[in-house]
Amino acid sequence: MNKVDDNHDPHLAHHFDTPVQQYSSAKIGMWVFLATEILMFGGLFCAYAVYRGTHPDVFLYAHHFLDTNLGAINTVVLLASSLTMAWGVRAAQLGQKPILVIMLLLTLLGGVGFMGIKTIEYSSKYSHGLWFGSDNAFYVKSGKYTNPEELTGAIEYGESHAMPHEDKGELTDEHLELQVKDAATEDVLDNQAAGEAQDQSLPASAQSNIGNATNAPAGLSSKFAEVEGDGSAYVTSEKKPLTYEDLDPQQQKLVSQFFQIYFLMTGLHGIHVLVGMALIFWLFIRALRGTFGPKYFVPVDLVGLYWHIVDLIWIFLFPLLYLIH
Amino acid sequence: MSQSKHAEYHVHVVPLRVLFAVFAALIILTILTVGVTKVDLGGLNIWIALGVAVVKAVLVALYFMHLRWDSPYNGLALVVAFVFVGVFIGFALKDSLEYQKYVERPALLDRLQQQTIPAAVPSEETTEESSSEH
Repeated sequence: MNKVDDNHDPHLAHHFDTPVQQYSSAKIGMWVFLATEILMFGGLFCAYAVYRGTHPDVFLYAHHFLDTNLGAINTVVLLASSLTMAWGVRAAQLGQKPILVIMLLLTLLGGVGFMGIKTIEYSSKYSHGLWFGSDNAFYVKSGKYTNPEELTGAIEYGESHAMPHEDKGELTDEHLELQVKDAATEDVLDNQAAGEAQDQSLPASAQSNIGNATNAPAGLSSKFAEVEGDGSAYVTSEKKPLTYEDLDPQQQKLVSQFFQIYFLMTGLHGIHVLVGMALIFWLFIRALRGTFGPKYFVPVDLVGLYWHIVDLIWIFLFPLLYLIH
Repeated sequence: MSQSKHAEYHVHVVPLRVLFAVFAALIILTILTVGVTKVDLGGLNIWIALGVAVVKAVLVALYFMHLRWDSPYNGLALVVAFVFVGVFIGFALKDSLEYQKYVERPALLDRLQQQTIPAAVPSEETTEESSSEH
């Protein structure tokens, strides 16, 4: 054994033949882990896709509450920290200790900057009653708002403060398509209603359509008896941002879901940023001690991969949450 | 084992100018994706946003994450993960959109149930027919 150990690379585990084999194994192990990370976020992206697909106007309306500028700045901060991380890996491979230490520090600062901006965003949401769960002003339980006193302030915050930064909340083809479909179903119901106008067995929803049919394409709203002539939610010629009143009552009750999804996705992502920052701090301490060099840089490389996947997930989160059109 | 002592790593080191070029491209794409939001392209907007995001993700994966010079198995793990997320979301979305009209209009479901065989296809024609019957 001694003879072997004399020749043995101190960083080479005994069950590997060569450092290259050890390096490749470590890397593919990390990649499999990263694949599971993508699958975990995939569940949240699926929830996002289903809710946005079924309630496009809710997402179009609620995304105005997010600050696009802060989101864009955070994207740049995260991209820059990815650059410094990749540079750090390169420095470790080349044995450039001072550069590695500086790059790890800069990457860490990028993480601090990202979480700092995220904190500004979160606290702004919190102070306007737009927190997650039942603390959201839009949260509806058993048909009632759980904290109605905050609702007006929250709506004002979203519509007066956030919207001027945005372009007009124009209707997209998706919405028009939805309306056309709906108008078609509406027509069917209307025909029935016209034919059997006196039929009391008709559901109240169908009856209310009669009054609103002239406002078509009225969208989903007119099927609710409670709307009472407020059915002209989306007049296609109008090109102003959606307001809360524009949403039909069913959709109004679903606005909080955007915030639940927003907080879950950005929250899980933020936890990953924190974990990445802790790992980078660990690397930073070890790099100061001179642990890493051309013969041993696997930890830097693997933490780098983790940091990049966090960046990569944000690359998808940013347009999907902040840039809804 | 004595070979291992002198074994070289032969690990590809990414040139700095490549890193900076990729970073510049990522910033330009970020500006592009923010800018294109201001233009109304209808249903295209979401696909442009996703397309730009995919290009950015590919750049990060190929260069920052070194996949361009890595063993293809590493990239396979990433691609397979994305493919399965795509399958998951695609099927979930198709399914939920298919039934959303019944969630929003329970009356349609009642009509559907009143119909005799075949009750599975709620096309407009059959709905009209059933309405004339009643």
